[in-house]
Amino acid sequence: MTAPTYDLGTLHGGLRLEANKAAATSAPLAHMPVPAQLVLPLHQHVGDPAQPVVGIGERILKGQLLADTSSSLGAPIHASSSGKVVAIEPWPIARRHGDPAPCIVIETDGRDEAIQRSEKAPAFSKLTREHLTSMILDGGIVGLGGAVFPTAQKIMQANTVDLEMLILNGVECEPYISCDDALMRERADAVVSGAEMLLHALGIELCYIAVESDKPEALAALGEALASADNERLALKQVPTIYPSGAEDQLVQLVTNREVPTGGLPTDVGCIVQNVGTAAAVHDWIAGHEPLLSRITTVTGPGVATPMNVLVRLGTTVGDLIAFAGGYTERAKQLVIGGPMTGKSMSTDRVPVVKATNCVLVLDDPPAPGPELPCIRCGDCATVCPIQLLPQQLHWYARADDETKLRDYGLIDCIECGCCDLVCPSHIPLTASFRIAKGRIRELEDEKARADRARRRFEARKERLLQEEQERDAELEKQKSAARAAGPDAIAEIMRRKQKTDED
Amino acid sequence: MDFERREAPYTRPTSNVANIMREVLLALAPAAFAHVWFFGPGLIFNILVAVAFCVGAEALVMRARGRPAEEALSDYSAIVTAVLLAFCLPSLTPWWVTASGSLVAILIAKHLYGGIGFNVFNPAMAGYVAILIAFPTEMALWVAPRMGDIDYVHLSILQTILYTLTGNLPAELGFDAISRATPLDLMKTGLANMQMAAEIRALPLMGDFGGRGWEWIGNFIAIGGFWLLLRKVIRWHIPVGVGLGLLVPATIMYVVDSSAHASPGFHLFSGATLLCAFFIATDPVSAATSTTGRLVYGIGIGLLTYAVRRWGAYADGVAFAVLTMNMLVPLIDRYTVPHIVGHTDSGGSPTT
Repeated sequence: MTAPTYDLGTLHGGLRLEANKAAATSAPLAHMPVPAQLVLPLHQHVGDPAQPVVGIGERILKGQLLADTSSSLGAPIHASSSGKVVAIEPWPIARRHGDPAPCIVIETDGRDEAIQRSEKAPAFSKLTREHLTSMILDGGIVGLGGAVFPTAQKIMQANTVDLEMLILNGVECEPYISCDDALMRERADAVVSGAEMLLHALGIELCYIAVESDKPEALAALGEALASADNERLALKQVPTIYPSGAEDQLVQLVTNREVPTGGLPTDVGCIVQNVGTAAAVHDWIAGHEPLLSRITTVTGPGVATPMNVLVRLGTTVGDLIAFAGGYTERAKQLVIGGPMTGKSMSTDRVPVVKATNCVLVLDDPPAPGPELPCIRCGDCATVCPIQLLPQQLHWYARADDETKLRDYGLIDCIECGCCDLVCPSHIPLTASFRIAKGRIRELEDEKARADRARRRFEARKERLLQEEQERDAELEKQKSAARAAGPDAIAEIMRRKQKTDED
Repeated sequence: MDFERREAPYTRPTSNVANIMREVLLALAPAAFAHVWFFGPGLIFNILVAVAFCVGAEALVMRARGRPAEEALSDYSAIVTAVLLAFCLPSLTPWWVTASGSLVAILIAKHLYGGIGFNVFNPAMAGYVAILIAFPTEMALWVAPRMGDIDYVHLSILQTILYTLTGNLPAELGFDAISRATPLDLMKTGLANMQMAAEIRALPLMGDFGGRGWEWIGNFIAIGGFWLLLRKVIRWHIPVGVGLGLLVPATIMYVVDSSAHASPGFHLFSGATLLCAFFIATDPVSAATSTTGRLVYGIGIGLLTYAVRRWGAYADGVAFAVLTMNMLVPLIDRYTVPHIVGHTDSGGSPTT
């Protein structure tokens, strides 16, 4: 069977950005030793936080379950080395608002002693799809591209629809980040093997491994791995080097020429997208029996002494990681987790590396931005918008707080890629203002839902009271007419009785 | 180690408004040299007067609005307005005419609407139309282009300055001696007098396409325009729209009856067609928003320009066409919203 061919679609707009990746990719992949302390947040996935299953003071082994999840979109968390649990407490973590969140803090013992797993699972191809999927869930594997959607749940969701293909995302279009590139160069076999496992769990016959055209080494390594795997269900797909071709919906559009519907998922157009790192993690767990304990993270930027890609234990603090990469340079002024376009700015390097941490970027002070000028409606933002929005109009309506117009002009569809900011001659922070406007729309929706609930409750009460009153009136009327029917005797009788009671 | 927190993206934008405006000014330089070569140094004095009044008016109005003047002046947009206005004027224009146009452009068309980014009308065109109506005699005084085959008289630099300052010509020269009708005027009056188009074209003032001198200035404006396209300061939609809107009806009419209509080439190279297509209609603030919208906007300007030239009272229709289309921008914007990726509709009006 040969794979059907799909037209390589095109992306509207996008930007060709300076890659800045060579500094990290020119050095070989480094393996960082186990640090003295590991900090593992309970919340490293999209669902509710996991619940700790270990106590403070407990000795734990590498690979041991630390926190399990009951949430439908959660994933378990494992110890990334052996040692002792010293605290379960709030710790600063890498998320946008930077509030501390509960973490399990481990003092490592340096022995890196792994837990013994009793049952050795048979080869994956012997497993049922359901069994394989539940194993992936137990491995704590989530999307390593940054969205941290649990992989098993994504597979289960995809299995409810008519699915056509798996797309492995090795595009990595954002500047500076090169962890997937390093992975594909060093461990192409694991990526290909993981892809085969994912195909088995999904029960489909087609997988594209999408890689940007500016990664010849990764393409060559994958080509070799695919040749030796000799699996005709897998194919390499080279996509043009343009930001943001690696965003999930944009990649689907590039590979299949289909648009993911607004508010929908790639599965709506028959695709499921997984990061190449996720595929390798699946391979490591199913074939190598090691749950998700480490990942490759790019440490780079002008503020880092020796930019490199590092295989690092989850829970290692960013400060330790940067120290491993030679420490800060004098130019270190800004710490970003993620890339320069969409990453999160951090106030401290005490935050730990988590499943989502693809890059630690230390930037210097940017040249002072010119003053923000009025929009001259040049339309450059609309030219580069991959969603084909009109950011200049959205900017206008965001200023006016016009919720209806913002909706009409597709604010909700904005993927916050930051392209419009980069081309704006008036230096308007468009993406940040859209982020705020989106938050406000969500708030308004919540408020409206709350108000609706309150109104419904109030109306139900009014209805109930009205009904009670009507019933009471009807009862009274019944008594009255009964009395009237009984005539004056009855009234006299009632009066007598009443008098008697008064005398008593 | 602790850091200051910022908002993504962390990469800084590379372009800025001042650079865009500077590139526009630079792109006009070749045409300015051609203008001075063919029509004498008048353009330079017109530019000086217009810049002085535009910049002065902007500084004053910013002060009146309680904002620092540098905020508005540092973007060079007032200078671009001034230079575009000066390009539309006859090379001999008394200073008060230029000044009036500048004040209308900056005070009324630009700042009464909220300053750069908020103006509905193209400031240079609003200023131009105001003085075209207020000073019809002065605005009709075009000197003859430099050429060999007719009696060519031109003013010296000093005489030009004196005229600009006083509105008086040297005693020995009459208006008739130096002024000539523009090619568009010749065409309009000639056709109205039942002359044949070919006959008018044979007049010595007419060059190969759009009139002696004029067509060369047009060439240099086009070169500047293509440079702006290359630099991505402007995009192709508006210039192509203007060209289509003007040339399609011009070609049809010319094919139907070439004796009563000027050729498409004449329309393209005469008057302010090229200046409009590349420099005036492309003002982003007063133009339509989306690429489709800009194509429609350009076509509208071209069509209206042709209509005014062919049936209107004025020889050229560019300014009226631009201002009319400015008014239609909200309507165009409403019906040309691009398709949003992931939506099933095919674009068009978002709200009804």
